[in-house]
Amino acid sequence: MTSLPSPGTRKLGLVIDLDTRVGCHACAVACKEWNDGGAFGPLPDKNPYGAEPSGVWFNRVHSYHVQGLVEPQATACGSPAAGVSSSPAVRSEDPGIAVHFPRSCLHCETPACVTVCPTGASYKRAEDGIVLVDEDKCIGCQLCAWACPYGAREFSEKRGVMQKCTLCVDRIYNETLDPADRQPACVMACPTRARHFGDLGDADSDISKLVAERDGYALMPELGYQPVNRYLPPRPRQIARAEPADAAQENLDPAKLSPLLRWVDRLLSR
Amino acid sequence: MRPSFSIILFTTLSGAGYGLWFAIGILLALGLYPTGRGGLLVALAVGLVLSSSGLLCSVAHLGKPLRAWRALSQWRSSWLSREGIAALACVPLVLLLAARAHHSHDFPKIRIAGFLLAAMAMLVVFCTARIYTSLRTVDAWHNRRVLPGFLLLAIETGALWFWVLLTFRTTSVTEAEPVDNLPVAWMLVVGAAVISAGWNKRSYWKSIDNAASTSDMQSATGLGKLGTVHSLEQPHTEANYLTHEMGFVLARRHAMRLRTTCLYLLLAIPLLMVGASCLLPFTQPVAASVALVSAMLGVFIERWMFFAEAKHKVMLYYGARSGASAESE
Repeated sequence: MTSLPSPGTRKLGLVIDLDTRVGCHACAVACKEWNDGGAFGPLPDKNPYGAEPSGVWFNRVHSYHVQGLVEPQATACGSPAAGVSSSPAVRSEDPGIAVHFPRSCLHCETPACVTVCPTGASYKRAEDGIVLVDEDKCIGCQLCAWACPYGAREFSEKRGVMQKCTLCVDRIYNETLDPADRQPACVMACPTRARHFGDLGDADSDISKLVAERDGYALMPELGYQPVNRYLPPRPRQIARAEPADAAQENLDPAKLSPLLRWVDRLLSR
Repeated sequence: MRPSFSIILFTTLSGAGYGLWFAIGILLALGLYPTGRGGLLVALAVGLVLSSSGLLCSVAHLGKPLRAWRALSQWRSSWLSREGIAALACVPLVLLLAARAHHSHDFPKIRIAGFLLAAMAMLVVFCTARIYTSLRTVDAWHNRRVLPGFLLLAIETGALWFWVLLTFRTTSVTEAEPVDNLPVAWMLVVGAAVISAGWNKRSYWKSIDNAASTSDMQSATGLGKLGTVHSLEQPHTEANYLTHEMGFVLARRHAMRLRTTCLYLLLAIPLLMVGASCLLPFTQPVAASVALVSAMLGVFIERWMFFAEAKHKVMLYYGARSGASAESE
């Protein structure tokens, strides 16, 4: 049934730390690999070894250039809690930082992709809030992809149905796996531990505390779909000191050096 | 949004079909339908061919066409499902009218069935339009002029189809039968439908050009609170389903020329034809046919632009600029 279930207390989701991401795409690759063989796979590519391969990825990593994310000069050596400077003078010399930004299903609390589905293939689980597609019912009308502003749903040309992030529902409840492995593949793969999995409906869970501590935010809240996943903002950076001038042009008076260093200078200048 | 040929053909053809059924239903309900069983049967059949060929086109759009029947199940939440049910509900009404239509159509039951057919036909177009207007992800669709636009264009093309059927019927009628003056009155209806549909399109385009987008790359990534954001690298070197389906640029580049063409076809030529046949009644069959072909072509282009001009918010992640949908990229 594509009507939404009444909101449950458990809201499983991901928290993604944009501060520690390095842009290695390991989460995207691990996701593709697990889900190709997982319960919701396969994820076949069209023309996989040709000139223009295309296929479904549940997770895609964008890279953005963000300027203005610097600590105020006065607190340049201060705490990470230092605020973000908005001074134009500071911004003008700010080289900016690269923010690697993974984009996947946010398992919204009121997802339009579910309610637009004409077949009941799209559904939100009442018990943990995971949004899934029943690939045996999907007719491939692609209306859910139009309804999702986050690009979470992709149409598999090879399979004729929609596919999306399952939050690795076939891992997180999988009792054949070691309890420590019962996490989404993307979380397990992340080399910098920038991805966290847990219950965002529980204010006392580790990831809820992390969100509160780091001011985690939701994407495009103005659309009203109430995403569950949260993103942790990158911490402000210190601007690198001005580039050292060309060494040859720096002032050096050999006469002021000690005899030993004057000899070293003469030796090296030859 | 990528203008998918099957969806454009579907909304154009079935819109005209339901518009034609609406015209028939209203005339039957008001007791104004011209007498003669053959005329009604032909008109109902033309509507059936238009609407069902449109529906077949839309099934071709599906990844799994054989499962299309499943789309009727979620009427509680999905406008697409409601559209399918309303479309199917028209068919028994049409069959009933076709079976019970006698020389005179002035029976209460026929009038009630006519009214129901008109209401159901408009309900189908209403549901079609709601599929698009309910999507907050596409500003150009989540616009209050879209719904009247769909209804008016269906009524315009339906009225033109009926005009053509009417003129061909009256020219083949024997002299003994009194020729009613419905065609003259109908031309006024056609003229009114043409003008209001054209006016709606004009104000729709003005509105999407001036509308401020509700989201931009800053809010899409949430990084706008921290600084200015530019797209540095895409996730993959190749295009993907999302960029292919949602990242169509061509129409916005040629928007102005296409809109002008559209208004000529939808508004100017049909109006000219109505005027011509008022002044020179003998040109009516030709004028009505020209007006119909022109308007159908116009709706086809309009529908193509409705998709092709619209921007989907997911493209913000790929570095699309927000704002007016007609901006060049």
